[in-house]
Amino acid sequence: MNPADLRYDKEHEWVRVEGDTAFIGISDFAQDQLGEVVYVDLPSAGDELVAGETFGEIESVKSVSELYAPVSGTVVEVNDDLDGSPEVINADPYGAGWMIKVALGDPSELDGLMSADEYEAFVASEA
Amino acid sequence: MSEALSRTPLYEEHLALGGRMVPFAGYEMPVQYAGIIEEHRAVRSSAGIFDVCHMAEFRVFGFEAFDALQKLVTNDLHKIDELGKAVYTVMCDETGGIIDDLIVYHTGDLEYLVIANAANRDVDVEWMSSHLPEGVEFVDESDRTGLIALQGPKAIEIITELSGEEPPARFHIAEAHLDGRIPVLTARTGYTGEDGVEIVCAADTAAAVWRLLLSFDEVSPCGLGARDTLRLEMGYPLHGTDMDRTRDPLSAGLSWVVSWKKDDFIGRGALEAIKAAGPTERLVGLTLSDGVPRHGYPVLREGVEVGTVASGTFSPTLEHGIATAYVPAGLAEPGTVLQVSMRRKTFDATVTKPPFVGHTSLSA
Repeated sequence: MNPADLRYDKEHEWVRVEGDTAFIGISDFAQDQLGEVVYVDLPSAGDELVAGETFGEIESVKSVSELYAPVSGTVVEVNDDLDGSPEVINADPYGAGWMIKVALGDPSELDGLMSADEYEAFVASEA
Repeated sequence: MSEALSRTPLYEEHLALGGRMVPFAGYEMPVQYAGIIEEHRAVRSSAGIFDVCHMAEFRVFGFEAFDALQKLVTNDLHKIDELGKAVYTVMCDETGGIIDDLIVYHTGDLEYLVIANAANRDVDVEWMSSHLPEGVEFVDESDRTGLIALQGPKAIEIITELSGEEPPARFHIAEAHLDGRIPVLTARTGYTGEDGVEIVCAADTAAAVWRLLLSFDEVSPCGLGARDTLRLEMGYPLHGTDMDRTRDPLSAGLSWVVSWKKDDFIGRGALEAIKAAGPTERLVGLTLSDGVPRHGYPVLREGVEVGTVASGTFSPTLEHGIATAYVPAGLAEPGTVLQVSMRRKTFDATVTKPPFVGHTSLSA
């Protein structure tokens, strides 16, 4: 269910590595828990991310959640489609719902993330 | 330690429908099923049903019931002299503080049905029974009474088919039999801004009524989340958030339910003083073009905090933020631009006279 080629963190975010850059988004579990996304507050290209620190916010009708950086790096691209259609995150959290693309600052951080299987077990244990 | 939560007669129905349950007013209630926005839109375009069995129902009976209730509520119950009529009102204490907002239905000769907020049931029972004279019978019927709201542009045709007859006129209540067998009262009232009814039934028939309503394709089950976005779009206040015992109806935008021409009622003196001096703060609507305002967020004017958001949400119909807030009376003029502070940013918020949404099945 959760794509096998992605890495996941405990804040329910995923990372898709492409060379020395990575796309970041939230998992299907996260979007389901959140409900219909109405607003996403993302950084801008050029901003620095520090692993473990917040880089933005995601809001549904009933809640606001912080977005935590799964890896460190510099933002190179932000998904502009989310401005007018944040609900894309609900419809396609792993594809069109990607949020930011970063140039990885420390690729070794990826080792600390979970595989799809590990993430699935993690979600089950949290329930 | 928290007390165990109560369950309405529809609890199992909610689970079967995949409802996400949350605590509310001491009950386990569904906040959503398919999703708040989807449910909200279903009510505005078709029909939705809401479990409101947790709400309080009181029966007041006796020769002095009318006079006694007239003293307890701010609105004039002569408006419901006609059998079957209903009126929305607040009930205040001696300081003019709002104990609860409720609807009084003239259900029979010498008899009234009062439907009040679930969260205030105990306070209402205590207050009303201690302020009603001996000869007036007061019965808390809540536990054996079910209440289901059916709201939306298709609601009336659905209840007509289910009951075999037209429902009563707006703000009236009448007996009906659903599916030819379930005796209920249908009240043409609601909290969504759409036409529809609130069905009062015996608690042990609530599940049957719920399923009958769901048998219509046009009907969607809707939770507390959608209930809140729907009522806020109309500017309908929520006790506990938009007003409470520390607020009076004149400050809360409810001067229209205060009747000065009737005889004395509890709180009248205090309200007269507030009216004479003018409220110092007023509950206003706020419209934002960006950002989602939420309860507790500071409201600013030129960088200075002047108030706090009472109710706030993302309006599914308008697709932007809407809110209510108490602000100094001098800033309450529609069109005044204020700001709402949200964690790292502030967003402009324009004072708006509700309703935020027009063109519902109830309005032109």
